[in-house]
Amino acid sequence: MKSLAELQAIREKMQSRVNMRSEGADVTRVVVGMATCGIAAGARPVLNEFASKVQEKGLSDKIVVSQTGCIGLCQYEPIVEIFEPGKEKVTYIKMDAEKADEVLERHLIGGHIVEKYTMAASGLK
Amino acid sequence: MYRSHVLVCGGTGCTSSGSAKVIEAFREELSKQGLDREVAVIQTGCHGLCAEGPIVVVYPDATFYARVGADDVPEIVSEHLLKGRPVTRLIYKDPNAVDENAVHSLNDTEFYKKQVRVALRNCGVIDPENIDEYIGTGGYQALGKVLTEMTPEQVIQEVLDSGLRGRGGGGFPTGLKWKLCAPNKADKKFVCCNADEGDPGAFMDRSVLEGDPHSVLEAMAIAGYAIGSSQGYIYVRAEYPIAVDRLKIAIRQAREYGLLGEDIFGTGFNFNIDLRLGAGAFVCGEETALMTSIEGNRGEPRPRPPFPAVKGLFGKPTILNNVETYANIPQIIMKGAEWFASMGVGKSKGTKVFALGGKINNTGLVEIPMGTPLRTIIEDIGGGCPNGKKFKAVQTGGPSGGCIPASYIDIPVDYDHLAEIGCIIGSGGMIVMDEDNCMVDIAKFFLEFTVDESCGKCTACRIGTRRMLELLNKITEGNATMDDLDKLEQLAYYVKTNSLCGLGQTAPNPVISTIKFFRHEYEAHILDKRCPAGVCKALMNYIIEPVDCKGCTACARVCPVGAISGELKKPHEIDTEKCIKCGACMETCKFHAISKR
Repeated sequence: MKSLAELQAIREKMQSRVNMRSEGADVTRVVVGMATCGIAAGARPVLNEFASKVQEKGLSDKIVVSQTGCIGLCQYEPIVEIFEPGKEKVTYIKMDAEKADEVLERHLIGGHIVEKYTMAASGLK
Repeated sequence: MYRSHVLVCGGTGCTSSGSAKVIEAFREELSKQGLDREVAVIQTGCHGLCAEGPIVVVYPDATFYARVGADDVPEIVSEHLLKGRPVTRLIYKDPNAVDENAVHSLNDTEFYKKQVRVALRNCGVIDPENIDEYIGTGGYQALGKVLTEMTPEQVIQEVLDSGLRGRGGGGFPTGLKWKLCAPNKADKKFVCCNADEGDPGAFMDRSVLEGDPHSVLEAMAIAGYAIGSSQGYIYVRAEYPIAVDRLKIAIRQAREYGLLGEDIFGTGFNFNIDLRLGAGAFVCGEETALMTSIEGNRGEPRPRPPFPAVKGLFGKPTILNNVETYANIPQIIMKGAEWFASMGVGKSKGTKVFALGGKINNTGLVEIPMGTPLRTIIEDIGGGCPNGKKFKAVQTGGPSGGCIPASYIDIPVDYDHLAEIGCIIGSGGMIVMDEDNCMVDIAKFFLEFTVDESCGKCTACRIGTRRMLELLNKITEGNATMDDLDKLEQLAYYVKTNSLCGLGQTAPNPVISTIKFFRHEYEAHILDKRCPAGVCKALMNYIIEPVDCKGCTACARVCPVGAISGELKKPHEIDTEKCIKCGACMETCKFHAISKR
């Protein structure tokens, strides 16, 4: 290793990986419903999309992606819930990988809820 | 990119409870269920809670599974990793928790909540066999900072200001050690690491080497820069095979990356590290004996001065620090001396790792700020004594230390408060004793150890400790007089003041402190010919209570020497002449009719 820059490059590459293991207090939690109904409806690509994009963009110290069981609205799966500290829970329904990308960009990074995919927009309360 | 990480502890404790099989089972099951590209399996170093191993932590939610067997793995994979439903029956149950379902993640447990992890920060979090993971947590940044931004004097000043003192037992200020060595001119200087952890019951150095070996390598390179040395040696016990393997891997990876070797970071600074394996002699933990052993000679101490800072390894100026001491250095450089000095009390700064063992619920490693009350360690973190027994004393500092009786349970644990009552922190071993432990027997146990381990070079230690052990044997066999107790005390002070090295100078400590705090137990052995705890075999007998005995003959059948006789359905009797006091009858009796007296 001939320079600090080289070290920094490795650090940045690895940081998102090891940051997943730190437990920050004010992290945003992205929870994907992964019950049988969720998996059948295609929750796994959604989960993987969130998980890998969060790491690629170096956000794993701020955003935790995890799964949960059946949320109880099987016909709306795949369901994704987003818990931001100090804010109300946002529930997205009938997700897929592309929509996940959009939610990540506009909601998690941009701070604007993607209304058209939310449960509220579908008329369900 | 993995969405989840499964961390399986690969420390010595969990390895012996079968974690290697668990890792294999995870890899197999994940690929069977097609999750091997989504979930990573990582072998880490020690998590600290060794009694509950094998330990598995699943991130990102930090679900904390204890006592996981290979059979449990398919369930964890299909339920938790696929469907996101943690397997409740395997989640660690906190014995102290009010609501037993409240604990899910690692940091919620009483055991971890009160800890502050500095030396152990990466243990159980990163893969120790992957240098990239260490770099990802900020590793080798401190070395970079030191080489490019700081002068050697500034480095030494930073360590001095932090107030860091040697964690191996002596408690000598680390910065001062470096400062004394730095100005000495020589063609070669050496940086040594003492990883010859020999105290019975202490295993923090092993855990650091197994869980975070790069932190020690980085710190040694920093020390090398500070004192002007280009060669380091790690003296590690051959009995630590996992630690030795991981050190070898770590050194190889650091060399490949150019973090050890020549012209590090293009600054012209060269530093290399080699391993030397010790054969397990306790005396080789003493600094001069350790250096003699590295030189290839028989590990025997030599008188000081000259101190190693002037004339050490191969006659050259040398510094020698312990593993845990080094593990603190990179963070002192990165976070600053003030940060480190803000933890702890008085002249004891920072945190200390303790190895909790003996009669305690949570056996394992704990790292806490200096000055934490003993009560917090024993009751909150350690979870108290098992089976509701009463806490009696704790032995700190192994065979060189003393005991702290229960009446001092609120004492702050730091160098100076313990010294006031004749105890030492030592390397941080804490052996907890409950009402069933005999203090004379404990003193005997540690003295037997030092008698075995005395190198034999000086008379005071070689013969003095042996005579002391003979006196202790006399006491536990009920043949001693009060004169013998006086002689024992006298001899203890003689050995302490006349021995050549630390081994002999501290060997009498367990005897002195048990006499100081538990004199009544010694007197009971000598005057009443009685062992209050019922441990010393010569002073107790097994007795069958005729009222409770149903005459089932179970005891007579297990007795290996045929000492029990009696007719069926009539009370039995033990022949105390024949009895070898093995206790088999007492364990067998369903009616609790047999007792020790």
